[in-house]
Amino acid sequence: MPDIQSEDVAVTGPIAEAGPLTSIEREFTIQARTQREMVIRRFFRHRGAMGGLIVFAFVLVLAYSSIGILGLPGWWHQSYETTGTVQNGGAMSLDLLPPFVDGDGLAIGNHPFGQDDVGRDYFALTMRGTQISVLIAVSVGIISTVLGVVVGAFSGFYRGATESTLMRLTDLMLTIPLLVLAAVIGQISGGTPLLLALVLGLVLWPNLARLVRGEFLSLREKEFVEAARAMGAPDSRIIFRHILPNTLGTIIVNATLTISAAIILETALSFLGFGVQAPDTSLGKLISDYQTAFQTRPWLFWWPGLFIVAIALSVNFIGDGLRDAFDPKQTRVRA
Amino acid sequence: MGVFVVRRLTVSFLILIASTFLMFALVSASGDPLGDLRLDTSPNRQQKIEQRTEQLHLDKSVPQRYLIWAGGVVKCVVPGQDCDLGTTIRGQDVTSLLKQAMGVTFRLVTAALVLAILLGVTVGIVSSLRQYSGFDYTITFSAFLFFSLPVFWVAVLLKQYLAIGVNNWYADPVISLGFGVVFALLSGFTWGAVIGGDRRRKWIIRGVAAVLTFALLYYLQAVDWFTHPALGPGLIIVLALGSAVVVTALVAGLTHRSVLNACLVTAGVGGLAQFFVTPWLQDPKWASWTNILLLAVIAVIVAAVIGYLMGGLDRPQAIRATILTALATGFFIVVDQLLRAVPSYSDIVGGRILATIGSSTPNFDGTFWESQLDTFTHLLLPTLSILLISYATYSRYSRATMLDTMHQDYVRTARAKGLTERTVVMRHAFRNALIPLTTLAAFDFGALISGAIITETIFGWRGMGVLFVNGLAQSDPYPVMGFYIVTAISVVVFNMLADMSYAYLDPRIRLT
Repeated sequence: MPDIQSEDVAVTGPIAEAGPLTSIEREFTIQARTQREMVIRRFFRHRGAMGGLIVFAFVLVLAYSSIGILGLPGWWHQSYETTGTVQNGGAMSLDLLPPFVDGDGLAIGNHPFGQDDVGRDYFALTMRGTQISVLIAVSVGIISTVLGVVVGAFSGFYRGATESTLMRLTDLMLTIPLLVLAAVIGQISGGTPLLLALVLGLVLWPNLARLVRGEFLSLREKEFVEAARAMGAPDSRIIFRHILPNTLGTIIVNATLTISAAIILETALSFLGFGVQAPDTSLGKLISDYQTAFQTRPWLFWWPGLFIVAIALSVNFIGDGLRDAFDPKQTRVRA
Repeated sequence: MGVFVVRRLTVSFLILIASTFLMFALVSASGDPLGDLRLDTSPNRQQKIEQRTEQLHLDKSVPQRYLIWAGGVVKCVVPGQDCDLGTTIRGQDVTSLLKQAMGVTFRLVTAALVLAILLGVTVGIVSSLRQYSGFDYTITFSAFLFFSLPVFWVAVLLKQYLAIGVNNWYADPVISLGFGVVFALLSGFTWGAVIGGDRRRKWIIRGVAAVLTFALLYYLQAVDWFTHPALGPGLIIVLALGSAVVVTALVAGLTHRSVLNACLVTAGVGGLAQFFVTPWLQDPKWASWTNILLLAVIAVIVAAVIGYLMGGLDRPQAIRATILTALATGFFIVVDQLLRAVPSYSDIVGGRILATIGSSTPNFDGTFWESQLDTFTHLLLPTLSILLISYATYSRYSRATMLDTMHQDYVRTARAKGLTERTVVMRHAFRNALIPLTTLAAFDFGALISGAIITETIFGWRGMGVLFVNGLAQSDPYPVMGFYIVTAISVVVFNMLADMSYAYLDPRIRLT
């Protein structure tokens, strides 16, 4: 708020006679909220997004700390690779029912999620699958966001031939059904998770490219771009330092939604056999391996699926909260 | 319009060429078709390798192979020539495999598309009209949930709990008390949400609906309806008259007496016509889809005539309403026939009415209605799996666009003019809210095909999706390309139709 007492504002007439407006003595100073602060505030007020954030953080911490990562040990005493004898028909030893409802109280037991056909601990397997699925999903999100932003920015800014070629390529990739393209590319890449993440990132960028191009088309006509050009800024500076920060809202929201789409895509691919392959495991591969055991040992099927749903749902809620935080259109709530 | 179509066709054709070449290159790079033969230890190994190399043109470079394949595809459209889409690794002709598989997959995809749009749009619009209510929050949350579900997980779950559970239940159809109470309560709350009103009215509707549903369930069980279902002539007439009232309420409003009367007369005529039509439908030589379609056309013409004669001042609306009523009555008559075939069908399949494997029972030998029922029960679960996720997209999107439309100025003007809420919603907001959905339908078609691939694999259908999965797993390029060309053509055609209908629905858009 401009201080009405400053010299470059000529105050005359009744207002000047009424006295300065900001003559209140205070021990503190006041300032306006920046846009970033407002977005963060709105995001943390969104209950669905907060729930999603908590669930996602819980799943991440559980998956990465329980069996460890990159050689660091975890707190779970079983490994996902050691086979053993199948105890109790591979039944779950997790018990959550209190004693008065015919349970044993809160017991975790040796194999809370049971064991698979060759005696490996299923909890460790599920955690390993979650680690790999989340790693792939986040990497795919990052790679496809970077690609999509670059393609969208250049095609939206330069127009002309660059735009035509890049947009034709984008349209071409959009006409191919996602699973079809991802399956073929996944088959080419073999089964290692990092390579799979790289190639899947090449499949999910077109949607973001179209959105970023749309934003760039409108933003490049604004005055600040003209001003920057008049000051001699090169094109790359205008794109990355001036226009791109204004599109950050769309980019962040769509990156989050891409992560959610990526986890569903990767698990579907692993289910069909074109994604992560042995010896690595993924949540989709676990479901595929044990889908016939559903009649007799349904827990082998339920736990990986529940983890997929939990991750996808929480990331979707986070994305929705981010979208509302960046662009709060609704000003009315339930009375 | 003509220029637009020609231009779109050229662009689509070029896109087809580019995408098929891209896919061909990727598929050729994804695996070695001679892989299993290289590990072969039989004495005529070299012969087999040479034979397969010649069949699949593996001695030529990838662009050359693509041109040979593309030439074969072009022969499909040239009259007088046979399609040549290549051969599989085992030497089978891809064209014949594709012909069998195409019908199966298109049945699945069409059913899922139509149902997803109808259900999703209806729920989205009702939810947007009841914004901030408990119903709205429930629907929004469930849409989120379905959107995050993996198709394959849902499909296996449905296979187990719905199919095997329903089949076990059908052996002795007794409705447990718990189920009856829960179902009645759910039904009561849904009716309360849909009809709406103030607090007191909603609770009355909920209570009445719950009690009626509960009574209905136990009545049906008492008369053994589940083992011998049928609608019966009386119920058909009642349903026809009811649909006449509902259609009038939606299209014109119950105060428009001429439309209401026209619809009631149509329903009455349809209800009486069933006594003539039913014997024809049950005659095995006469019952077929072409004849049913013929009946539908006759019904539409008769309904249009009734609407024209009785419409009065509201003639166009009356004609639309009577046609819808006639189609609804015909639908109920067909459903009645299907239901009557259930006991004999159940006997043929040994009591397992919901099938989990295949797109139809092998060696099925029954009447026309039993075969249709067979197709339908096999279609139910895969369609439901794909539907859950597609419906979520449509309901979220239609809710968002409907909310946007309802906040526009022209809706406020319509209300200020004194129009009833029903008129404002149905005649002004509803149509404009649907326009962006055509773009969504075009996008969703690709997602439906992806879903179809997964469900076909799980439910053991011999459709195009299975051709694709098996072909890719065995490094067999031509079935994969066969799948892809059919899919690509349908996606391109669908996109073009969506763009043209967008221009037709929104007069502000010119096709140039």
